[in-house]
Amino acid sequence: MPPLLDIQDLRIHFHTRDGVVRAVDGVSLQVEAGEVAGIVGESGSGKSVTAASLLGLVPMPPGRIAGGRAWFDGTDLLRLTGRELNGYRGKRISMIFQDPMTSLNPYLRISTQLIEPLEIHEGLRGKRALHRAIDALESVGIADAAKRIHAYPHEFSGGMRQRVMIAMALITKPDLVIADEPTTALDVTVQKQVLEVMRRLQRETGTAVLFITHDLALVHEMCDSVTVMYAGRVVESASAAMLATGPRHAYTRGLYRSNPAGAGKGCALYSIPGSPPDPARLPGGCAFRERNTLGDADQCLADHRPELVEIAPGHHVQDCPGCLAPSQD
Amino acid sequence: MTRVILQRLLQGLLVLFVLATLTFFLVRALPYGPFQDERAVPSHVRERLEQLHGYDKPLVVQYAMRLGNLARGELGTSLKVMEGREVTAILAQAFPVSLALGLMAMLIAVPVGVAAGVIAAVRRNRVVDYAVMAVALLGICLPNFVIGPVLAELFGRRLAWFPVSGWEPRDLSFMILPAVTLGLGSAAYLSRLTRTGMVEVLHQDFIRTARAKGQRESWVVLRHALRGGLIPPVAYLGPAFAATVSGSVVVESIFQVPGIGRLFIKAIETSDEALIMGPVLIYGSLIVVANFLADLVQLWLNPRLRSNS
Repeated sequence: MPPLLDIQDLRIHFHTRDGVVRAVDGVSLQVEAGEVAGIVGESGSGKSVTAASLLGLVPMPPGRIAGGRAWFDGTDLLRLTGRELNGYRGKRISMIFQDPMTSLNPYLRISTQLIEPLEIHEGLRGKRALHRAIDALESVGIADAAKRIHAYPHEFSGGMRQRVMIAMALITKPDLVIADEPTTALDVTVQKQVLEVMRRLQRETGTAVLFITHDLALVHEMCDSVTVMYAGRVVESASAAMLATGPRHAYTRGLYRSNPAGAGKGCALYSIPGSPPDPARLPGGCAFRERNTLGDADQCLADHRPELVEIAPGHHVQDCPGCLAPSQD
Repeated sequence: MTRVILQRLLQGLLVLFVLATLTFFLVRALPYGPFQDERAVPSHVRERLEQLHGYDKPLVVQYAMRLGNLARGELGTSLKVMEGREVTAILAQAFPVSLALGLMAMLIAVPVGVAAGVIAAVRRNRVVDYAVMAVALLGICLPNFVIGPVLAELFGRRLAWFPVSGWEPRDLSFMILPAVTLGLGSAAYLSRLTRTGMVEVLHQDFIRTARAKGQRESWVVLRHALRGGLIPPVAYLGPAFAATVSGSVVVESIFQVPGIGRLFIKAIETSDEALIMGPVLIYGSLIVVANFLADLVQLWLNPRLRSNS
């Protein structure tokens, strides 16, 4: 069976005054029906742009889809018109955004916003729509939902608002939910609760999830498969279990080493030095070379970009000798 | 809510008191009085007149008497412009004319200005946006006394669609040209404010959420963006409304409309205190009421304000 979502060689460019920024530069990844697929990367790695492009939410201009395909159930999402895409948005694919404080409309009641997808995609209105919305609100663990559904967003806390976003995303029973850093803006304790809700509902509904985060620890709590992105490209992808036991790329290893939960007590925590390269001026060779301290920077490709190769069944990694070199320590 | 209304009422009364005081003393500070004329008035006649109207008493006494009369709702009589007539009666005749004209102007300005602003914001940085904003800038820059005669010449004389000037109480055709002239500036300013408000809102995260739901773009604009986008223009509408309905000297003069704007200027020219005080107090009350209404609309538009008050 083909995957539910099959992104192939996606390229998204932004045309800015500084020149062309290759925010996404040849990304391929798959999401199987019912699975939770993670994308991990730092800010600016292109993970959010990749997700936004699937629903046509990349502002164009300055953005431009420079190439690639995104097959979803036999349709290339990247080639749909806005009108055609509206049939998918919020119906078969829905999205949860990073900041629940700004992602809900402050001028409209929660009820209006929750019912909206039902109005648009199922023609459901009035009492019946309201009942569905109350059910959805209850399913994400909001007490007294029948009353609180008439509140405005500012009367809810951040965690509650994100629960509303989740309820809104799932209310039409979509095949795929794109969750773009859904817990980043929340307090740590609230994060746990919201993730718990997401995981439970994902299991109950069997919806596939594309889970975007910069937090590798979350990936292991949530995901079946993981794609690691760096500077607009995929550096490594594998099942979550495989990646946890044998990360190969120096960047992935760096991410694991910099996770406090994995380090022994009292040990100095590793951190990847420097910051990601300027996406408008990417180096010709390996983009991670400057920051590669766990592999062998001297061996990193300098003249051409490393390509993704399959080193074990289902385990892909960028073929850069410097980044694949074993740790020195 | 009742506390807020009461508070506003007291504030409004204070505003009117200050206005009345300033008006009284400013008029008296004018270097000419209501009993002067182009021809020299014999001094005994003038003294007699001053005595008759209480102008011989000390200024403070006159001020106190004036306030007392105003508190009882007596605006006094016109001494010059419409000699001997009650100001209340004069205003009862002239104010409805200005009010009708102003309401008509707003009826034109609000839909046109808001629609133009929304369209410009949605088509931001495209040809339509530039065209709308250029016209709006022109509308702001061109004064009434240029727009009025041009409209009168074009639609009144050449095309003869509407009367060039004059006023018939129940005839809308007399109202169109002066109302358009009066409303154009407001429409232009409104469109720019609306555009600014809408552009700001259309950049917000929740607009992206609405699009991600599969909502049609027209609904994204009307349902999700318009409320927030209207907040800046509504704040402007309060004072603009008061200014428009309380009569425009220029427009009423160009089109020979018997409103309070023309009376007001004549009253100032002749230092006709009672006839100055009337329109000033009407304008003051309108400003107070219109601002209060604008605040109510703001509350209705923005639920976050509601929970704070």
